[in-house]
Amino acid sequence: MDINFWDKEIETIDKAALKALQLKRLKETVSYALKTTFYKSRLKKAGINSSDDIKHWEDYKKIPLTTKDDLRECYPNGLLAVDMQEVVRLHTSSGTTGTPTVIYHTKSDINHWAELVARSIVATGATNKDVFQNMMSYGMFTGGLGLHYGAEKVGMTVIPMGGGNTKRQIQLMKDFGSTVLHVTPSYILHIHSKLEECGVGLNDLKLKKAYLGAEPYSENTRKKVEHLFKMDVYNSYGLSEMNGPGVAFECVHKCGMHVWEDTYLLEVVDPKTGGSLGEDKEGEIVLTNLNRRATPLLRYRTRDIAFIYKGLCGCKRTHRRISRITGRTDDMLIINGVNVYPSQIEEVIMRIPEVGTNYQIYLEKEGTLDKLIVKVEIYSKMFRGDISEIDALKSRIIEELRASIIIHPTVELHEPGALPVFEGKAKRVVDNRVKL
Amino acid sequence: MKLTQISIFLENRKGRLYEVCSLLGKHKINIRALTVAESEQFGILRIVVDKPEETAAILKKNGFVASLTEIVAVEVADKPGGLAEILKVFSQSNINVEYMYGFVEKKSDKAMLVFRFDEPDKAIALLKKKKIKVIGRKEMGDL
Repeated sequence: MDINFWDKEIETIDKAALKALQLKRLKETVSYALKTTFYKSRLKKAGINSSDDIKHWEDYKKIPLTTKDDLRECYPNGLLAVDMQEVVRLHTSSGTTGTPTVIYHTKSDINHWAELVARSIVATGATNKDVFQNMMSYGMFTGGLGLHYGAEKVGMTVIPMGGGNTKRQIQLMKDFGSTVLHVTPSYILHIHSKLEECGVGLNDLKLKKAYLGAEPYSENTRKKVEHLFKMDVYNSYGLSEMNGPGVAFECVHKCGMHVWEDTYLLEVVDPKTGGSLGEDKEGEIVLTNLNRRATPLLRYRTRDIAFIYKGLCGCKRTHRRISRITGRTDDMLIINGVNVYPSQIEEVIMRIPEVGTNYQIYLEKEGTLDKLIVKVEIYSKMFRGDISEIDALKSRIIEELRASIIIHPTVELHEPGALPVFEGKAKRVVDNRVKL
Repeated sequence: MKLTQISIFLENRKGRLYEVCSLLGKHKINIRALTVAESEQFGILRIVVDKPEETAAILKKNGFVASLTEIVAVEVADKPGGLAEILKVFSQSNINVEYMYGFVEKKSDKAMLVFRFDEPDKAIALLKKKKIKVIGRKEMGDL
């Protein structure tokens, strides 16, 4: 097996040198963090007034954990560490209750991000001879742009198709001989089901690799996709708070994802207490930016559950590997690659007077894609006996949900009292999707 | 002489139509006319009864979503062309029918048609002018 490197020196850096580099970069990050209104007061309370207060690794533990709620409270500029003039791009995420979060990037931040993605791509054995079809959405969603910049850096031929439009995806794969795909697991399976309809066989395609991410999936799904397309599948991990894709990626050994530890400080904590866990324990992944200037995040709780693999990988990269994401510490749903919180759906339902306050969210598989069904009760006083009025109400709920969560839901209207009533903690989400 | 129709929202669930009809039977409410409008996931049952307000109260008390709508009931001859004749009257006077349904009266040569108009008063005035029989609440009870 050929092992290729993008930046061999840093990818195979020895442990002691990595530790020293991390501490140096942590201090730099702390000095940038202290320029934000949020960390200025947060770190001061923890006894950190300057980067000189981080002398040893023991000092690191003095830094408090940062949460998603902190990011919401800081919107729009409580975590901005540079002049707006230095910011070249920002990505926001739609918030759960209307409060979004934002991550700013300087020119060097974007460049560092693209470097990590380039490293990740080369680690899978891809080169500048490859034709890369990016099926992840562009725009605010970081999946599309994140891989795009890295792929261009590697010198691949990039097809920036974005998500959806299956027939055109297949046509492009065929016409330009795409060799590497970036796609969600559910969408690649959907594409497979449409190949025959489009009159395209595997022999018409030149696929070699696919990077699957944005949704959790199992080892069996990897094997299934590899078998169906006769290509190698690599797992990708990232989150918009930490740029996006390129935080961790599998190498040709496909045995856990290397976290680029010169750029991200990695810890696993107990999701209940926030206390650090031992190396091989499963827990919540906590990450610290080591070279992001515009929005430096310290000890950020990702809410993703995983564990760290022991031992060195066969590729000789010294950067540790994390497992697939096995769960979440919150109630976030991932529907066809899009992150949705039940509270976003609730927020929409609550502002429509014609429906009651009880609702349920069902998730089903339709073919290989996810289907979101929102069940609501109609409010009896609003019923005037017209069928067109009820159809219009249904369309309105669908439209408002689509605008809020991007996904097109199916809406079912029920009689008041028809949906189960919960005493205590309501179980509003019923996920009938077979785990991929 | 407008009459009151009850519209009942029914979700698409096995036995739901039976449940509403059995409730009406238990309270000795006789259905004079009915129709079901259906959509993919739900239906609307429309009924004409002699005591609509009382009936609606019973339905609501038992958890049904019901609303009252003004309709006009018209008596026509039960023969071919009977319905066309009356629709011609509305059509010529530009009166829009939102929906309608009909049934045949017992032991008579008449049929009753139930109309929902967006402008019921205008329709009633026209019917009177054309000497077409509009059914009142008392007659409805006697049917």
